[in-house]
Amino acid sequence: MIEFHQVSKVFAGKEAIRNLSLKIEKGSFTVLIGTSGSGKSTTLKMINRLVEHDSGEIRFAGEPIERMDARALRRRIGYAIQSIGLFPHWNVAKNIGTVPSLLGWPQAKINQRVDELLALLNLDRHLATRMPHQLSGGQQQRVGVARALAADPELLLMDEPFGALDPVNRLALQHEMLRIQKMSGRTVVLVTHDIDEALTLADQLVLMDGGEIVQQGRPIDLLTQPVNDFAREFFGRSELGVRLLALGRAGNAARRGEWLDVEPIAESLTLREALSQFIARRTDKLPVIDQHQQPLGVLHFSDLLRQREAS
Amino acid sequence: MSSLLLRPRQQPVLLVLIVLITLALFALPLLSFAANRLVSGQPLPLWQVTNSALLLLPLVWLWQGLWWPPRRISAVTLLLAAEVLLALLIWLAGAQASELANNGSPLARTAFGSGLWCAAALTLLLAAEAVRQITRSTPWRIVLNLQIWLLPLALLLSGHLDRLSLMKEYANRTAVFDAAFTQHLWLLGGTLLPTVLIGLPLGLAIARRPRWQNAAFSVLNLIQTVPSVALFGLLIAPLAGLVAHFPLLARWGISGIGIAPALIALVLYALLPLVRSVVAGLQQVPQEVRETARAMGMSAWQQFWHAELPLALPVWLSGLRVVVVQTVGLAVVAALIGAGGFGAIVFQGLLSSALDLVLLGVIPVVALAVIFDALLRLLSALLERRHD
Repeated sequence: MIEFHQVSKVFAGKEAIRNLSLKIEKGSFTVLIGTSGSGKSTTLKMINRLVEHDSGEIRFAGEPIERMDARALRRRIGYAIQSIGLFPHWNVAKNIGTVPSLLGWPQAKINQRVDELLALLNLDRHLATRMPHQLSGGQQQRVGVARALAADPELLLMDEPFGALDPVNRLALQHEMLRIQKMSGRTVVLVTHDIDEALTLADQLVLMDGGEIVQQGRPIDLLTQPVNDFAREFFGRSELGVRLLALGRAGNAARRGEWLDVEPIAESLTLREALSQFIARRTDKLPVIDQHQQPLGVLHFSDLLRQREAS
Repeated sequence: MSSLLLRPRQQPVLLVLIVLITLALFALPLLSFAANRLVSGQPLPLWQVTNSALLLLPLVWLWQGLWWPPRRISAVTLLLAAEVLLALLIWLAGAQASELANNGSPLARTAFGSGLWCAAALTLLLAAEAVRQITRSTPWRIVLNLQIWLLPLALLLSGHLDRLSLMKEYANRTAVFDAAFTQHLWLLGGTLLPTVLIGLPLGLAIARRPRWQNAAFSVLNLIQTVPSVALFGLLIAPLAGLVAHFPLLARWGISGIGIAPALIALVLYALLPLVRSVVAGLQQVPQEVRETARAMGMSAWQQFWHAELPLALPVWLSGLRVVVVQTVGLAVVAALIGAGGFGAIVFQGLLSSALDLVLLGVIPVVALAVIFDALLRLLSALLERRHD
């Protein structure tokens, strides 16, 4: 979908991006992670040409982006940022319909699309006529995501989209994003500095530092086989264990054919959350149910130790 | 007892205003009376004015209002009392003037005294405070503040005030007054159009160029520091020189004195507040709104039209309001170089020590400024409301 080939970018004489090569597969959820100033946001903004690269080549769907019309390119790419950037003088429906109306869709089709998106993001239909400042932070961010998805873009770029939210809303929206991405098979590139968010969302994780890629691959690879001390330090030695657990799901680890008659946990729970349940409930066995509330099996405390390659 | 004292303490502004209104009415002369235009007036205190006992009604009403519970209906009642008081003051003045004119010489002059001016001004402040308590909506506040003038205006138009000395001055100079009014509006319009035509593009051009901004604002600030009388005077010589070299200019009606230098000076003064507001309006558009507008594939023009203009417009309007009020006032001084307008009446009054004539020039200037200010406020409040 997107290929960076030896891309560099200089800001005021300083190299912000150095010789970056990266391939983002169609349908993947790629997360760029790094400290501030690592170049992750710049990398993201080069994709829709909010920042123009100086050398090297960036291809979008096989075509070099500098040869494409910038506005046409941007209308094929959804964009959501931390501060959301909703237009304060437009109501929710008009905000969501921005790109479709730029593309000249008929109003009826725009209205229908707005309704679809409100439903998709779990927003009440009556919010459509509200102004952005009348919404809560979580609702605003949902509208921001809905707006980014409005014209059904091939690619969605997100720059720390959940950074300003409280933990509860952040978690809810992360799961929402995963659901939407799995459902639509859309390619998503997301920038964050939150390691747990990155591990939750990514199927491809790119660790950046000083304008360069330190390591890229599956989250489990970055956790278990860090290429250098920076990568090892970044993912945190002390938290490594629980972060590894966060990559596994209770449903995959449960022993089939067993059952226990106590309160069950959902198969979608991460093993990290399961660990928390074991400790809180002072037990070493937990029954697991599937998404249809049917018994799936039993998770034993010792299973947590075997789940290194689970994701 | 303590509950009786509670309310006035909660409403210190109202308490102070009502005390001051009462003092002004009783301690200062309500009207002033002179046998003719030239001699100085004799003070006419409240108790010598016919029917002045009527004032007790709204006054007691106001005092009592201090103890009403803090509800909207109390504020509405206060506003009504203030309006009745204002209208009654003006009506009493008109009635007294008619009576004195009928009984004495037709040359007799009755004018507002210091007590009436002070009480009227304080009553307006009181009314504004009541309006503030009645509603939080800016458009409604403006409308309520404007409707206070309906009763006084009706008195004026009914001819009830014709025997007051101010109205006698008007009657003597109707043609001059009407010409000054037209000329003043021309000065205003003639200033606004070039100011917007120059100021808007200038502001747009320098809004994102800090270095140009410094240069432009240094020049505009410098102009602003020149006293208006001096600037009007400074323009006489260069313009006269230009006309001497290019006689064509004279045929267009341009000369060293008159409306040309006045308009140039007024435009120069008006540019700073307008350009400042254009720049400030654009700068307060959130950076992330700009970024997302661009990221969604808007052209530069679409970014301006859909995002920047609607968000900057309220600030621009408030800048325009400053310009209008400032120009209406400064245009008075322009009369010194022969530009006409109400300033001509003011200066004529000053030179002949005729206070009523000065007032005849000043009151419409104040009224114009207040009306334009209110209308532009109303417009920007309505614009803002669309965003809520």
